[in-house]
Amino acid sequence: MQIKMSGISKAFGPVKVLEGVDFALQAGEIHALMGENGAGKSTLMKILCGVYQADAGSIEVDGHAVQIRSTTDSEHLGIAIIHQELNLIPQLSVMENMFLAREPRRFGVIDSGRMREEARRWLALVGATQIDPDGEAGKLSIGQQQMVEIAKALSLNAQVLIMDEPTAALTEREIEKLFGIMTDLKAKGVAIVYVSHRMEEIFRICDKISVLRDGQFVGERVIAETGFDEIVRLMVGRELGDRFPKREVEIGAVRLAVSDLADQGNIAGIGFEVRAGEVLGIAGLMGAGRSEILKTLFGVNRRTHGEVSLDGQPLTARTPSQAIAAGVGFVTEDRKSQGLVLGMSVRENATLVHLAQYAHGGVVNGRSESEAVARLVDELHIRTRDAELDVKSLSGGNQQKVVFAKWLAKPPKVLLLDEPTRGVDVGGKAEIYHIINRLAAAGVAIVMVSSELPEVLAMSDRILVMHQGRQAGIFDAASATQETIMTAATGNN
Amino acid sequence: MTPQQKATLQKLGPFLALLLVCAGLAFMSPDFLSVGNLMNVLRQVSINALIAFGMTLVILLGGIDLSVGSILALASVFTAMMMRAGYDPILATLVGVLSGAVMGCVNGLVVAKGKVAPFIATLGMMTVLRGLSLVFSNGSPITGFQSDFFSMLGGGYLAGLVPIPVVWTLLMFALFWFVLKKTVFGRHVYATGGNAEAAMLSGVKTNRVQIGVYTISGAMAAMAGMVLTSRLNSAQPTAGMGYELDAIAAVVLGGTSLAGGRGWIFGTLVGVLLIGVLNNGLNLLGVSSFYQQVIKGSVILLAVLLDRSGKK
Repeated sequence: MQIKMSGISKAFGPVKVLEGVDFALQAGEIHALMGENGAGKSTLMKILCGVYQADAGSIEVDGHAVQIRSTTDSEHLGIAIIHQELNLIPQLSVMENMFLAREPRRFGVIDSGRMREEARRWLALVGATQIDPDGEAGKLSIGQQQMVEIAKALSLNAQVLIMDEPTAALTEREIEKLFGIMTDLKAKGVAIVYVSHRMEEIFRICDKISVLRDGQFVGERVIAETGFDEIVRLMVGRELGDRFPKREVEIGAVRLAVSDLADQGNIAGIGFEVRAGEVLGIAGLMGAGRSEILKTLFGVNRRTHGEVSLDGQPLTARTPSQAIAAGVGFVTEDRKSQGLVLGMSVRENATLVHLAQYAHGGVVNGRSESEAVARLVDELHIRTRDAELDVKSLSGGNQQKVVFAKWLAKPPKVLLLDEPTRGVDVGGKAEIYHIINRLAAAGVAIVMVSSELPEVLAMSDRILVMHQGRQAGIFDAASATQETIMTAATGNN
Repeated sequence: MTPQQKATLQKLGPFLALLLVCAGLAFMSPDFLSVGNLMNVLRQVSINALIAFGMTLVILLGGIDLSVGSILALASVFTAMMMRAGYDPILATLVGVLSGAVMGCVNGLVVAKGKVAPFIATLGMMTVLRGLSLVFSNGSPITGFQSDFFSMLGGGYLAGLVPIPVVWTLLMFALFWFVLKKTVFGRHVYATGGNAEAAMLSGVKTNRVQIGVYTISGAMAAMAGMVLTSRLNSAQPTAGMGYELDAIAAVVLGGTSLAGGRGWIFGTLVGVLLIGVLNNGLNLLGVSSFYQQVIKGSVILLAVLLDRSGKK
């Protein structure tokens, strides 16, 4: 199936999101759609799936003009989308999810036998024979849930599959499996639109790239004939300089010292030191206990064993507020559920941690608060028209900068970072790396968990690798490679 | 219209509705706009207002407090018993309000530490406290206390014109407005209601915020009980039944979200007034009390529906 979208425009109120965008998709290709957050990728895909209607432009399927007015229309055309936030209902079984609202029936009653058989057949097609059709969907891993979604899309006879950041929450092994399935589907003539920020993956799996910037189509490239630099230039419209900016820092005395740390069963035997101005990366597969180290240090998870000291003083924080008082900061993994209060303004979020700084006897001094926020917005290059706007109106990268701002109103001694650039576009990532470098230069000891190996390797001084809740080793970042890290992370020594 | 202007208009929606209802009633009933009647309306709404202010904090947290009616009754019973036993009326009043705070604190502990859903926690307390007020009062009203101070609480006037309960209500309104708008505690209430996990990870002591808010709600309910007992000159163990629903209705009418994190105290005052004005107007117009319920309920539904459709 061939799809050709031409001259697509879409505005929400006065805001033009897409202006005359072209996008062409051939059968049997994996086509990356790239662009910074807010470039219009998801709006374009939602138009293709019938969630939104374009204000102008046309869509052709196999040379025939079509109108896609609803998701039912797109389903009939064989277009399916797999959302970043998976849409399975956790309490229902796998097969009930797959056949939701189109359950096979006999005499008006659900025909479970046939449903199970069908589910098995489609799951087998994506190589997921180990998934039980009767199992509860919510009990599956994220990777397995994604397989179920893909099987469901295929059972709807999808010829076009749109995948939005499918690898964001997958382990390395699951990613390999997913790529295998994508290659199979491609061979069967399915066209795949792949939306992702991960350059390495795109260059590995995709055939073509289309790039959007500020709602406009800026170019299509064949992967084999292009490179990182050209794509980044197309996306941000300027030379970005180094992807990972260099850091010139004098490494100081030990600030954070951890020995034999354990929590209630996720991690044990963790020990490391971080010096002033140093970045310790933590790598490992999903579920290896990386975030748990940070949560235990921050007093979210209970420490059952081990010693922690901060600038030579024992750190005994049992709650986040105690950890904060001791000088620990924590940029959490999921900014929407853990990092920000989305209904509050940029100002209110930015001062949430250190509000007492601007208060006397519990009463906030509005002026000194606003001045501090203006300073932070300026320092971190947070792009917002007005700090009184809801934080949810900002792009992902700018939201993440607000999360950083929360901790920088009063510089911490140790800053824990959990996936600090997840879901942030290329330009935003570079800015966040600059912030990290500046903090290190100011003598903050930084511990950074990240799933993106190039990021860990480039940003860290040393890398602690986790494997199944234990520490598999600490490597010097200068001499480590992706292979050494992955070998340790998968438990092969 | 810019989105901001639209949001402001949306926020002022309940206020415009109140003006509209007032204008309509002024047109239909000449008595409505008389100073005497207006003061009467204000005095009638003061009890609901005091409860609804506390309820606003609870709902901002994403919680609910069903026990306020029972707290009102039990606190009133305590104060009346103390006065009848010859204690100083000022002391008795303070103890009454304090007892309400303690009862609210128990709600907060059950919700925050026991991790019980607020609806269930306060439903349980509602029943327990109602039972206790019947136990302590032996099931009959407590009367027979004489005190100028206590009569003044519900029946007195400031400068011969403004009823004391109205003065109380306005003072409390100013206090709540200040707390929500200007203090660290107020900000923490919004943050906890908006995203408890993010607030906790930002160092907000969310448990303390919750316990504090339910304690305040209890104290406010007890304060409303003092006004009511003073007006009736007796403490009824069955007083305050259903008051929780009037308070919740006023908070929601004022635009505060039941999901927590969004709302303001001015909206609650408007909601309280809207309900009070409707009550008063429908009485003045001689509408039967059966129809009054139908109309009041419809207004609440309509207001909330309009609010929702504007947010889509």
